Amino acid sequence: MSINRRQFLKRAGAVTALGLGGSFATIGIGDRLASAASEYEEAPNADKIKHWAMVVDMSKFKTEEDINRVIQSCDKIHNIPQMDNSKDEIKWIWYDDYEHTFADSENEYLDETMKKMPFIVMCNHCENPACVRACPTGATFKREDGIVTMDFHRCIGCRFCMGACPFGARSFNFRDPRPFIKDFNPNFPTRTQGVVEKCLGCYERLENGEQPACAEASNGGLIFGDLSDQNSEVYKIVSTKFTIRRKTQFGTQPNVYYLVGGGDRA
Amino acid sequence: MLEKALSGSKKYWAWIIFLLAVIAVGFFSYMRQFNYGLGLTGMSRDVSWGLYIAQFTFLVGVAAAAVMLVTPYYLHDFKRFGKMVILAEFLAIGAVIMCILFIFVDVGQPMRILNVLLYPQLHSVMFYDMCVLCGYLAINLIVGWTTLGAERKGVHYPNWVKPIIYLSIPWAFSIHTVTAFLYAGLPGRSFWMSAIMAARFLASAFAAGPSLLIILALIVRKVSKFDPDPDRNAIPSLVKIIRYAMIANVFFYLCEVFTAFYSNVPEEMASFKYIFVGIDGHATLVPWMWTAAFLAFLGIALLVFPTRKNPVLLPIALLSIYFANWIDKGVVLILAGFVPNSFDRVVDYIPTANEISIVLAVYAVGALIVTVLYKVAISVREQQQA
Repeated sequence: MSINRRQFLKRAGAVTALGLGGSFATIGIGDRLASAASEYEEAPNADKIKHWAMVVDMSKFKTEEDINRVIQSCDKIHNIPQMDNSKDEIKWIWYDDYEHTFADSENEYLDETMKKMPFIVMCNHCENPACVRACPTGATFKREDGIVTMDFHRCIGCRFCMGACPFGARSFNFRDPRPFIKDFNPNFPTRTQGVVEKCLGCYERLENGEQPACAEASNGGLIFGDLSDQNSEVYKIVSTKFTIRRKTQFGTQPNVYYLVGGGDRA
Repeated sequence: MLEKALSGSKKYWAWIIFLLAVIAVGFFSYMRQFNYGLGLTGMSRDVSWGLYIAQFTFLVGVAAAAVMLVTPYYLHDFKRFGKMVILAEFLAIGAVIMCILFIFVDVGQPMRILNVLLYPQLHSVMFYDMCVLCGYLAINLIVGWTTLGAERKGVHYPNWVKPIIYLSIPWAFSIHTVTAFLYAGLPGRSFWMSAIMAARFLASAFAAGPSLLIILALIVRKVSKFDPDPDRNAIPSLVKIIRYAMIANVFFYLCEVFTAFYSNVPEEMASFKYIFVGIDGHATLVPWMWTAAFLAFLGIALLVFPTRKNPVLLPIALLSIYFANWIDKGVVLILAGFVPNSFDRVVDYIPTANEISIVLAVYAVGALIVTVLYKVAISVREQQQA
């Protein structure tokens, strides 16, 4: 059989393409999943939590000190950089007043106490997170226990998640954050320039059966627990007392509930 | 065929060197940004997309506009566009490459950009946008190159190209529709979350893209012996398309304004107030938006009345329409989507000099590609005429 140069190249190209495609498919589907599964087996004592949620009891946040203690507890252990300008700011947990936190529920007759009340805000770890839907690489994903978490090594920094999040919970590393970390915690990863970050629900503490740092530092102001467990404190509060959530109209089902006006009113 | 781009007049080379100089400056700016991070731009935690993504959005439209010539010519055998269709396809190639570059300079970790292919997420609109853009680039490269190559040899283009040409028609619509879905599907950004967004995108694209194309055709006519519209009937037909597309675009825009303001929903009105009158003294976009509005109506007026036949007023009309759309989609739409932010606060965005020089460099890359491709096309045509 004689073939000319053009035909040879054509056929060689086709065979190469088939080979590459074929091996990619096998690696992509079969082997990789199997090896990944054997490598990361679930710990036998892993918590069987289905639905982490947080209640913010506003009656417990009276002074600035109450708020700052909570925020600093997070900033410190998670190596949050303290940027020198608001443009590059990284925020995992912070606070704002009523009319900005609940921007869609304005009430001009609110008294000054209520207007100035500081509302703790953070990632809502939504049931239907818009950020996870938007992320083109799977760098942001939802765990089985409800925590919306991130793989900082996979994030390409496209910031589609920041556009998608209706809560403004996400920050982007506009520059190298490391020089701006005040107290470095070697037990938690620092982030790199060009990736998005946010509250990760203290996954590293949950693993050890601990409460999130903010909840622990809040003196009962932040109640963290499993909403799928009817005996949990969060379930009892959320099911029997009047709580509000931010921007429920978008159907993301945020998991941070604000108990406003104290527990006694309901 | 590419060798034809290597011989040209002094003016041709001066233009090429000018573009390379702009690219060189932008490249150094990009190296600075690469080292320091996107903090060198005007973007912030609140306005997290800026000029880069806005240019990307606008240029997807310019690329899609090739379909306004491809459809009449190949599908309806509308012969008048015969000489111009290759210019549209080559413009689309330059525009799509610019789109890809604008995405590249916008991401924080460009070295990881292939993660989009390595871990494809079928629920992310961005994955589909990447697919349709790359596909559209391939289609136009294949179709443009093959048809021009056949023309050079004086033969009809091969039959296997025909299905690809037909495929390019729905594909062009898809690229701009998917780009609109990037924005229209986001909760909490009421300025973008509109069912009419994709239709607006297409209407503005079919006005701005062909406007640019006619301007380019007029330049080609001036600088070469090849006339893209020898019978003087292709450009008037294209002008009709531009006119109706722009009227549709303005109509769609007014529909948005009506819905926001008659319903009186604060969230729906906020961004429009920001761009037309400003909020609490924040009014950086106000002069831009009014300029766009003025240019849009000026352009439509000049194209509706017989002024459209005037050789001086026609380019003015086309430039008006082009820049009205550029301001609307390439500046205002993306920025105002973030204002007010999730906490109902207004944060302004002002691009930095470094950022602007990168933008200019990407445009220069596009101009270089279009210049080289047009040079090839012109040389082939001049050869035939001789």
